[in-house]
Amino acid sequence: MALRDLPAADLAASLEEEAPAATRERHGWKWLLCAPALAVLVFAASGPLLIVLVYSFLTPGSFGGVRWEFSTEAWFRVFFARDIFDPEDVRPNAAHLAIFWRSVTLALQTTLICAVLGFPTAWFIATRPAHSRGLWLFLITIPFWTNLLIRTFAIQEVIRNQGLINTVLLRLGVIDAPIQMMYTDFAILIGMAYVFLPLMVLPLYAAMDKLDIRLLEAGYDLYASRWRVLRHIVLPLVKPGFIAGSILVFIPSIGAYVTPRVLGGGRNMMLGNLIELQFGQGRNWPLGAALAMTMLVLVVAALVFYIRTVGREEAGRRDG
Amino acid sequence: MRDTSAAETRHGTQAAPEVEIERLCKVFGLGVAAFRALDEVTLTIRRGEFFTLLGPSGCGKTTLLRLIAGFEQPSAGALRINGRAVAGLGPNQRPVNTVFQNYALFPHMTVADNIGFGLKMLGRPRAEVRATTAEMLRLVRMEAMADRRPAEISGGQQQRVALARALAPRPRVLLLDEPLSALDLKLRKEMQTELKRLQAETGITFVFVTHDQQEALTMSDRVAVMSAGRVLQTGAPEEIYNRPADRFVADFIGDTNFLDAEVAAVAGDAAELRLPGGAVVWAGLPEGLRPARGDRVTVVIRPEHARLAEDGPLAGTVERSVFFGTDTHLHLRLDGGGAFILRRQNTAAVNGAPAPGSRVRLGVAEGAVQILRD
Ligand SMILES: Nc1ncnc2c1ncn2[C@@H]1O[C@H](COP(=O)(O)OP(=O)(O)OP(=O)(O)O)[C@@H](O)[C@H]1O
Ligand SMILES: [Mg+2]
Repeated sequence: MALRDLPAADLAASLEEEAPAATRERHGWKWLLCAPALAVLVFAASGPLLIVLVYSFLTPGSFGGVRWEFSTEAWFRVFFARDIFDPEDVRPNAAHLAIFWRSVTLALQTTLICAVLGFPTAWFIATRPAHSRGLWLFLITIPFWTNLLIRTFAIQEVIRNQGLINTVLLRLGVIDAPIQMMYTDFAILIGMAYVFLPLMVLPLYAAMDKLDIRLLEAGYDLYASRWRVLRHIVLPLVKPGFIAGSILVFIPSIGAYVTPRVLGGGRNMMLGNLIELQFGQGRNWPLGAALAMTMLVLVVAALVFYIRTVGREEAGRRDG
Repeated sequence: MRDTSAAETRHGTQAAPEVEIERLCKVFGLGVAAFRALDEVTLTIRRGEFFTLLGPSGCGKTTLLRLIAGFEQPSAGALRINGRAVAGLGPNQRPVNTVFQNYALFPHMTVADNIGFGLKMLGRPRAEVRATTAEMLRLVRMEAMADRRPAEISGGQQQRVALARALAPRPRVLLLDEPLSALDLKLRKEMQTELKRLQAETGITFVFVTHDQQEALTMSDRVAVMSAGRVLQTGAPEEIYNRPADRFVADFIGDTNFLDAEVAAVAGDAAELRLPGGAVVWAGLPEGLRPARGDRVTVVIRPEHARLAEDGPLAGTVERSVFFGTDTHLHLRLDGGGAFILRRQNTAAVNGAPAPGSRVRLGVAEGAVQILRD
């Protein structure tokens, strides 16, 4: 149901409709050609997921790993905490909920920042002469060539107390004491926006590249101001790029691990760090597995909600 | 001010200028790469007329339209719409709408929303937008498709929606850039009639671009023939066809025979000309041309203005004949050199053509020989 709403699935469905039934029958055995891909999907994608699901219902081993004993304790612990001395004293797991909340809000904020910064960037590239666009796209993708950790340390170099920003501001006399940016949610946000920006720019650029410039001219010709051309013509037409970009940015940001670890320090954990903790020092694999599954559900729910809302808006416009 | 244009047109003032173009130049690029797409174009387009820009590909028709619409700014010269200089005004500030060659309909809007877009941007009340949209849908006979998307209607229908969208805000001038070139022949003929009807009903000044001379002749009140960024001749279709200003115009519009001739005598505003093979004919002199005896000039004779005649002044040999249904083209080689095409109407009595190799004599109708200014 969720899949049907994804643009890619729509495309596949419409392609399928176009293929005449007769041809499909004649080439019926050809599905075998995608057997290798199916095998990879089943064993490499669904398999591990299944293992994680199974583990989340087992009992933690004393030195990590699992004991094959059924238990729902891990799932219980995802949302609730027991008092150490009195196991009957149950309360919501505030620490976990705070981390969920931080992960979702930070991921949303990252997506928003990337969208706001990515739009003008992609527009700039799309409006360059054809021969120089390649260069700009190349520049956008350069950060991908560098290790994520190194890029994150580079950001740290800019925002730490003795870093670029603070030094410049101090020298200029704008501030008397360095602004604490490292080890805050703000630092995580900056880092993630920087790291994931290309994932927003590229699909946006692809959508803008397809945009017929004459549509904008038609808009101006029909008495629209620049702003209204943007609002009524450009934005609706590059929306698929926004959707693709948002998905591409949101998913890795909600599970980000390196960036919050380096820039957020130990205190400002995100889901990725919490999960890692369970498989590492926490030695609670089932809890880690349950947290991972929770995150999966969160992401899928967010996507379904997002695409539904966007889709409904579209349908509403068509009716109204 | 926009609302009054149609009314004004209907009540007289036909000859009032709507678009005045004076020595307009457009140069693309800089330095050695500079390209002069328009070279001192001067034109006056009258209120309420169907005006056509005709010329071969690359002659600057689209560039001129884009300057009028405001998508480009001129490099030099003046442009006035309804007496008002429009230099520096953007397309959204000019009472001019464009029908784009590829229609450029907004793919994310319904047909009705497309048509209502201009009025909405003008800030007209909702009720008015709705009413005008309905009226426009009726005008282009697209009521049944109001809720479809552009991708869900045919090319001819998209064409009509594009027209309705451009007409809805009631512009003073409607610019149409080869709007029919993507349509097949039958639809094209239909749309030609449709366009004429719309123009008559709305009274809006149409500036129509085409490189199809037939289309230009059949549809226009006046035609400007362009070549390489210049306007060569402006006039009514009959004038352009019957009295082409120069060789390019004569060649571009219709089929033409060019003959070299020698001036034998000049009397008043007519000249006696000696054609190849020694034939002698009289021809009127175009204004301002006063050749001397013995000068060599080029004359044109339209294929349908000559006929087979035993006592005609021209003689030649039939090389081949081409049957066109309504008429037959005889390709001749004239005595004294020069090819000549003769168009003969097929009737019940006259059908078929002289066999290749046979000798024929040609007569030319009174006033059929035109002297060209070179
Ligand atoms: N933006 C531009 N930059 C440089 N040269 C241009 C530009 N636009 C047009 N030209 C040149 O100006 C000349 C006239 O172009 P224009 O598009 O006006 O021709 P046209 O008469 O509309 O031709 P067609 O019938 O093929 O549409 C062409 O030689 C074209 O290459
Ligand atoms: Mg053109």
